[in-house]
Amino acid sequence: MGEAIVITSGKGGVGKTTTTANVGTALALLGKRVCLVDTDIGLRNLDVVMGLENRIIYDLVDVVEGRCTIQKALVKDKRFDDQLYLLPAAQTSDKTAVTPEQMKRLVEELKQDYDYVLIDCPAGIEQGYKNAVAGADAAIVVTTPEVSAVRDADRIIGLLEKEEHIKPPRLVINRIRGHMVKNGDMLDIDEIVMHLSIDLLGIIADDENVIKASNNGEPIVLDPSSRASISYRNIARRILGESVPLQPLEEEQKGLFAKIKKLFSVR
Amino acid sequence: MNRQKQSYVTIKGTKDGLTLHLDDTCSYDDLIAELEEKLTVNEPKESDGPLVSVHLKVGNRYLTPKQEEELRALIRGKNNLVVQSIDSNVITKEEALQWKRKTEIVSVSKIVRSGQVLHVQGDLLLIGDVNPGGTVIAGGNIFILGALRGIAHAGYYGNKDAVIAASIMKPMQLRISDVMSRAPDYKTDERNEMECAYIDDDNQIVVDRLQLLTHLRPNLSR
Ligand SMILES: Nc1ncnc2c1ncn2[C@@H]1O[C@H](COP(=O)(O)OP(=O)(O)O)[C@@H](O)[C@H]1O
Ligand SMILES: [Mg+2]
Repeated sequence: MGEAIVITSGKGGVGKTTTTANVGTALALLGKRVCLVDTDIGLRNLDVVMGLENRIIYDLVDVVEGRCTIQKALVKDKRFDDQLYLLPAAQTSDKTAVTPEQMKRLVEELKQDYDYVLIDCPAGIEQGYKNAVAGADAAIVVTTPEVSAVRDADRIIGLLEKEEHIKPPRLVINRIRGHMVKNGDMLDIDEIVMHLSIDLLGIIADDENVIKASNNGEPIVLDPSSRASISYRNIARRILGESVPLQPLEEEQKGLFAKIKKLFSVR
Repeated sequence: MNRQKQSYVTIKGTKDGLTLHLDDTCSYDDLIAELEEKLTVNEPKESDGPLVSVHLKVGNRYLTPKQEEELRALIRGKNNLVVQSIDSNVITKEEALQWKRKTEIVSVSKIVRSGQVLHVQGDLLLIGDVNPGGTVIAGGNIFILGALRGIAHAGYYGNKDAVIAASIMKPMQLRISDVMSRAPDYKTDERNEMECAYIDDDNQIVVDRLQLLTHLRPNLSR
């Protein structure tokens, strides 16, 4: 019996889909069987980031409405040997086409066959959010170092804490840019973690290679040389329960932030 | 008339009117009957004399609102008498619970996050933070052991003496009773000292050192 993890944020464009694709791929690289579920009905793009767009025949709504079996709708990632699958969102329907009860049953069924079911959540806190969290056992909250993103993350954490079937959510801070923190234009990591007071699962630098990789349908995590790739792999290892200290690259950044913070508070 | 019988109503004159001690063991109907009789006997003849306040002491008898109304009407029906107070030793469980809720300190251990509202009837002791966009409301005082970065509303039902205290006082808005104040638009330094907010003599909310409350609100000691 696998675990279902929802990746959510409240605010759009902070990196939920990118995180789902990369963490899912990283878990597959570590030998786990993974199924990615795109619940952003009407605005699907996990398939594009994964480079699986052209192979979609059926989608989530087809499964829920009984037009095909789950097995038929799942798209296999050919880069792996029977380890990574995607259940795409429907492009044509809207979010009300699926109910939380239906999602719960679907995720329950997927958990029989996969070690990890990663659920990519749409932005907002309405129906789409409710569908995405319905079947989840755990949650990852993604934020960027911006006040508005952190505010929305806080709101989402409050909602997640009310869901008794979900373990305490963990945090990923995405798109960190050293020079903006230095200028005081961005919040620093310590500040965000203290404010949200949940466990930090990982941090990812703002890296244009992430965007390039996504555009090519090759998640960055497949390129072992990039900084972001190492960060995503570390997140996957932490999900597996390994205690991975903040990696040198991440540490270097964190040390930098700590120093900057000191400089600021001295004045 | 059965004057010799044990009397259910004792009338005493005091400096601020009449005090009526009403027996709490007889039936309500017997009580009303005797009250009617006694007041009629003692009723002054003129109806234009000065009004006399009547204080009712009903002991361990519970009066329904309807019965209280009946008593008031009966007494007002006599020349120059008007009920000023009704004092009973008993209240309903519902009233007792209400009273308890309004006077107790409720301690809550949580982070009140954006979009959440925490509302208590009495005083609030929050073991945690109020994040921006979060709201805490109390009928009485609010004491926050962590940081207040959202909205706090003390004295919600009109108590202007209520106070708000927090270890880190960086609120978006403070409200006490019907007085409101909002954070300055510029960034302020975080002070390393617990602070409190109260309504001053000019009916404005001021934020100051916690220690001032000892003098300003001695009633906080219970
Ligand atoms: N660490 C990163 N560095 C640079 N760009 C990123 C990073 N993470 C995400 N992005 C880009 O940000 C945009 C929004 O990301 P996406 O994952 O689609 O967000 P969401 O699913 O939360 O709406 C995409 O163009 C994506 O490539
Ligand atoms: Mg998305």
